Amino acid sequence: MRLLLEMFTYPFIVRAFVVGVLVSLCAALLGVPLVLKRYSMIGDGLSHVSFGALAVALACGWAPLPVSIPVVILAAVILLRMSENSPMGADAAIAVTSASALAIGIIVTSLTTGMTTDVDSYMFGSILAMDRSDVALSVGLSAAVLVLFVLFYHKLFAITFDESFSRTTGVKVDLYNTLLSVLTALTIVLGMRLMGAMLISSLVIFPALSAMRLHKSFRGVVIWAGAVSVVSFCAGLTASYLVSTPVGATVVVVNLAVFLACCVAARFIRR
Amino acid sequence: MSETNEKIWIDCRDLSLGYEGQAIWEGLTFQVRSGDYLCIVGENGSGKSTLLKSLLGLLKPLSGTIAWDDSLRRGAIGYLPQQTRAQKDFPATVYEVVLSGFLSAGGIRFFHTPAEKSTALMNLGKLGILELKDRCYRELSGGQQQRVLLARALCAAGELLVLDEPITGLDPAAALDLYRTLDYLNKKENIAIVMVTHDMRGALRYATKIIYAGQKQWFCGTPAEYLASPYGRRFGGETR
Repeated sequence: MRLLLEMFTYPFIVRAFVVGVLVSLCAALLGVPLVLKRYSMIGDGLSHVSFGALAVALACGWAPLPVSIPVVILAAVILLRMSENSPMGADAAIAVTSASALAIGIIVTSLTTGMTTDVDSYMFGSILAMDRSDVALSVGLSAAVLVLFVLFYHKLFAITFDESFSRTTGVKVDLYNTLLSVLTALTIVLGMRLMGAMLISSLVIFPALSAMRLHKSFRGVVIWAGAVSVVSFCAGLTASYLVSTPVGATVVVVNLAVFLACCVAARFIRR
Repeated sequence: MSETNEKIWIDCRDLSLGYEGQAIWEGLTFQVRSGDYLCIVGENGSGKSTLLKSLLGLLKPLSGTIAWDDSLRRGAIGYLPQQTRAQKDFPATVYEVVLSGFLSAGGIRFFHTPAEKSTALMNLGKLGILELKDRCYRELSGGQQQRVLLARALCAAGELLVLDEPITGLDPAAALDLYRTLDYLNKKENIAIVMVTHDMRGALRYATKIIYAGQKQWFCGTPAEYLASPYGRRFGGETR
């Protein structure tokens, strides 16, 4: 207990805690429709695009977030379009985009700064990455994500369950799909520097999968995914403080453990 | 069938349908009236789903007009699409799925109204699946899932159902069950039904009107007229 209190005397940990809790909540909520619509890999693709954008911004000496947010939002819209009607198929389209963005990012950094600790922290996350303006931005954007998610909850459920039915009842399916991808893009950009470009997509996918093992209603899955995600993040952050491991990787491992536990529990419940 | 409050739900005149200027259907004229049971039949690739999309307002005709009744214009079409792969293991209760039929009515609201909730329960009862209300959609059999989607369609529109190959993937008993339910809704509740189907036998048995899609040609008439037509003769030989 004293350790925990001591942990929160470091301002950088408090910042990481605030950003991390908000981002993991948003990622988990958005993750439920994304996983159910079979768009899990979009999160992964977007984080690589975000890495590319950050690397370019760093090389040119621009502020990282104002550059990467519009780039990633654009990528999110394009990826969604491609996964709906691309001749090469959704998975191939995402794989191609994410590998290309990663490659561009790596080339740009190696031509300019070289693989510095900055780049390393973008790849695998760093608890030191958050400054005060990041915290303010995360709070604002997460609030926006949460409000939009709650307001459009029924519409999101309907288009996730059945796009063609929603279309005939006059729901603007494309608009909501775009909204979903823009919100995902924002969440990923915010969480990326804490969690790492390689690891952030797990925040989108794991909580939804864990909650789906145990819950039968959509509402239950959404609420549980959010709760599981926040608890896993807190546990991961604490564990990383105690044993001095990178925070992103630790949170992912905690999420994995929760997922496995849910699988086992589901098996027992069913029998 | 009583003709007292007969209504024309969908009025198609001289339609040409197709993609990128290539017409699949030409000169198509027919109406969907209240109490109709219309089956759209034909081989794969003959344009059945093109016609269905147009009737749902998702595809603009190349020429000609489709006029919907005013109540349908507001998005009140009870559509039962083909099931997608993602739906098969979707975590949602039956009640949640059925309530999602009420979308057309609302703007941004977090709660469903009490009237919507009671209508949803009533439709579940009508289809004999009220006791499945809190079950998970993915745990139901194919026939039960189809009934849930039918209840949702009834929530969206109480007077016209549009079904896309509803019995594909059902076992014979479940298919017969679904036909009986549709027949009940059609005869007793006076709900008009438009169905795309591969099951010629079921179509001939229950439909009041048949549209046959052939290559660049079509036929529209009663089942008896269809059987007498050159398109129908070979099917007549099979079923009788």
